[in-house]
Amino acid sequence: MSEIHNLSVADLTKALRTKSLGVEEVATHYLNRIKSENLGAFLSHDEELTIKAAQASQERINQNLAAPLEGVPIAHKDVFVTKDFPSTAGSKMLEGYRSSFDATVVSKFAQAGCISLGKLNCDEFAMGSSNENSAFGPALNPWDTGKVPGGSSGGSAAAVSARLTPAATGTDTGGSIRQPASFCGITGIKPTYGRASRYGMIAYASSLDQAGPMAKDAMDCALLLSAMCGPDLDRDSTSLDFPAEDFTKQLGQSIKGLKIGLPKEFFGDGLDHEVKSAIEQAQSVLKDLGASFVPISLPKTELSIPVYYIIAPAEASSNLSRFDGVRYGHRAKEYTDLMQMYKKSRAEGFGAEVKKRIMTGAYVLSHGYYDAYYLQAQKIRRMIAEDFKEAFTQCDLILGPVAPSTAWGIGEKTADPLSSYLADIFTLPASLAGLPAMSVPCGMSQTVKPLPIGMQLIGNYVQESKLLNVAHQYQLQTQWHTMSPADSNGLWGETK
Amino acid sequence: MNQPSPKSIPASAEASPLVQGYEVVIGFETHAQLQTNSKIFSRASTHFGAKPNTQACAVDLALPGALPVMNKRAVECAIRLGLALGSHVAHRSIFARKNYFYPDLPKGYQISQFEIPVVQGGEVSFFVGTTPKSVRLVRAHLEEDAGKSLHEDFVGMSGIDLNRAGTPLLEIVTEPDMRSSQEAVAYAKELHKIVTWIQVCDGNMQEGSFRCDANVSVRKPGAALGTRREIKNLNSFKFMQQAIDYEVRWQIEQLEDGKAIEQATVLFDPETGETRSMRTKEDAADYRYFPDPDLPPLVIEPEWIEEIRNSMPELPRAMAERFVSTYGLPDYDATTLTQSPQMANYFEATVKDCGQAKLASNWIMGELSRRLNEVSTDIDACPVSSHQLAELITNIANGEISNNSGKLLLDALWSDPKAQIKTLIETKGLKQVNDSAALEKLIDDVLAANADNVAQFKAGKEKAFNALIGQAMKASKGQANPQQLTELLKKKLS
Repeated sequence: MSEIHNLSVADLTKALRTKSLGVEEVATHYLNRIKSENLGAFLSHDEELTIKAAQASQERINQNLAAPLEGVPIAHKDVFVTKDFPSTAGSKMLEGYRSSFDATVVSKFAQAGCISLGKLNCDEFAMGSSNENSAFGPALNPWDTGKVPGGSSGGSAAAVSARLTPAATGTDTGGSIRQPASFCGITGIKPTYGRASRYGMIAYASSLDQAGPMAKDAMDCALLLSAMCGPDLDRDSTSLDFPAEDFTKQLGQSIKGLKIGLPKEFFGDGLDHEVKSAIEQAQSVLKDLGASFVPISLPKTELSIPVYYIIAPAEASSNLSRFDGVRYGHRAKEYTDLMQMYKKSRAEGFGAEVKKRIMTGAYVLSHGYYDAYYLQAQKIRRMIAEDFKEAFTQCDLILGPVAPSTAWGIGEKTADPLSSYLADIFTLPASLAGLPAMSVPCGMSQTVKPLPIGMQLIGNYVQESKLLNVAHQYQLQTQWHTMSPADSNGLWGETK
Repeated sequence: MNQPSPKSIPASAEASPLVQGYEVVIGFETHAQLQTNSKIFSRASTHFGAKPNTQACAVDLALPGALPVMNKRAVECAIRLGLALGSHVAHRSIFARKNYFYPDLPKGYQISQFEIPVVQGGEVSFFVGTTPKSVRLVRAHLEEDAGKSLHEDFVGMSGIDLNRAGTPLLEIVTEPDMRSSQEAVAYAKELHKIVTWIQVCDGNMQEGSFRCDANVSVRKPGAALGTRREIKNLNSFKFMQQAIDYEVRWQIEQLEDGKAIEQATVLFDPETGETRSMRTKEDAADYRYFPDPDLPPLVIEPEWIEEIRNSMPELPRAMAERFVSTYGLPDYDATTLTQSPQMANYFEATVKDCGQAKLASNWIMGELSRRLNEVSTDIDACPVSSHQLAELITNIANGEISNNSGKLLLDALWSDPKAQIKTLIETKGLKQVNDSAALEKLIDDVLAANADNVAQFKAGKEKAFNALIGQAMKASKGQANPQQLTELLKKKLS
């Protein structure tokens, strides 16, 4: 058997069920790797707690009461609130904050038998695409620790990539699962908006936020997604009233005759040539599997950037108002009156990018600007969804790059935030339309330290199974998803 | 949004009473707390009077990750009000966030309805004295209440109680249709009656379940609307009238002194009887309203509206009209008896038993209400049941007892509700003397003893007849049947 940390969720589940591995043994293996990690992937872990949970899980296996993912370790992005670990959303504002309840997604994984390893680093309140906006320091890309892991679910991607956990949760508002998955060479899926409950997800932009799994391959993502989806109408009014399903069911299907759309706007000048050629190679693999390609157009692709950077900050400016220092979270030490208490607490508690988005959001919602910005953005958002509707009359799913380039250097875009906003161009449209989309490893750069390249699959509403099956069929033919970064620097995963 | 168009504002009608040559213009915004068990967007209890912060859950505290879920019962209340006031109940309405910072507003925004409210239009009709009046509604929208800041109990600090945070409210907004403080109070009383009647609000003004804000302005007849000032939180009908009267005098004084009225929000101080400014328009915040992305549009299917329509009680106005047509009651009686469903029900139950509508009305509005008022008791808790009152009335109607004896009987029942009416009449000697022979004997005695009166009567003095009746009644200890007595006396004297 290969090393524990190279086992997929699917393999682990079987090994644990058949008792060829013990839950505590697996948990300890991962905890040891986590303890030695120096990637900034984890924000919190608790050995005692995890081991206790592992023992309880083993007991269930012994009594033949195993849940579907019994004993499989998982780690959660720190925007999911948890009773057992602090929940900070990567912000000083919530340093040390303990939630009185678990997010629905977190409880669902616990019900499915998963053992929580701890909480993962992310951009503050999920705002960013490099994980550099975390108040607790950046997470590093395990393939090249001088590069960013992407964001905002950077800790999740780095942890799965460095084999610090077999599975992680992420959240995607404008690409925050797909882009870090692409940068770190793992598989991640953002389901249709509303499929996974937002209850207990610290809100960034409510109309866009969506939870999803991040793991080694499509099969694992399908297993994890099956555990986390389903209606939660008593707690989240935007939850889709659509039954949970077993997303692994369709994974054996042939993709012969599948029509894949290639949006011309996704293959323009801004696209890195290495990324472009990796996608082209993936196309030929899919073609050999019987898929055909049709050119399509998503004409509003470019507008998705201003639309997103109006709507998301608008919602964020309001969502983050609750962090006022009154009931929980950071409160300034000294203040003379209420107004000063608010101002100082928020000035000290929030980082620069969060403040920037709050201010942008307050501006676009303010009297006299609402119509020109927010309302206009909402109109174009509907047009973007219409573009997809039109596109799906011509194809079954859409293929393109996740990001215009591979991971960039740490600090490289700090001075020019606009360039990192622009890099979101291929992930934003699906987010704005609420469509399911995933990132699948499809190549490596030719650089001295090779960096992963991801391809993006976008499906129609609630067609996650179709996406996962195409990715799975592709992964049966390719090895990209099996590659893991070598720890030549001793930064993580030294198992004794 | 239903904005009042200048055309829809009635021109100053002749009937409008002027104050020092000025016409008073009043519009109302009323916050009615809805009778639900749990909050509008959470499952926490709305029960009044619990220890601070014991009825606030993760949603009410705005903990990270908590989300709102609409309380269906609150929507049902809104639909009931809409149906009661002849409004349009919107098929699709939108929840919006009203953003501002305050310690008792945990999310930093209030969830309300802004552009598309659930209840649109409608009217409230009532009497001011005997004059009918109608006030048009602009809208009624659903929203959540804030918590409470407690400034008294903490030295140098403020306490926050979030028990009230998230309590469901309907904000009911009128056109500026009222022309005097009397009309304003009559409107508020009528609205109060309706919301309690249809059981969407308990109407408890002391506990803040029914809070009125009045927008008041004055103008010369025929002139454009004056600048308004909003009087906040008028929590009794008495203060409402005092506050508006004061505000009207103050505004007229300002204008007469050549000063302009500045748009402002003012508070009424019951201690001084004055209003004072809280904030002016310059302080007005930009609330940055936008549709709440946590709540999909509120969609109300026509079937649901019909279902609720069929479950609605008869409304007070319709019931009063029915009392007039069915029982032949005067308007005044019908209106008074329909002040509350409890009183109306008591009346109808009494009539059902005794068949004497006008007598029942007189007894309920008179003797019964007087006694209830004396002990501040609702008719629900009246010690005398409608069956007992009906039996009492029946005894009067068939001449068994006199009207005066009826009052004595009511007193006796009041202190001993278990007593049998029949027994009481016997033991208290309340039975009316209807026996002609006995009465004739009695009259003979009276005539013999009052020869001078008889003489006066025969000389044409009508008054002497009344004196003789009085003497006879006195001799019977009030138990003679007055009608019979009069007839017999007339016969004797003729």
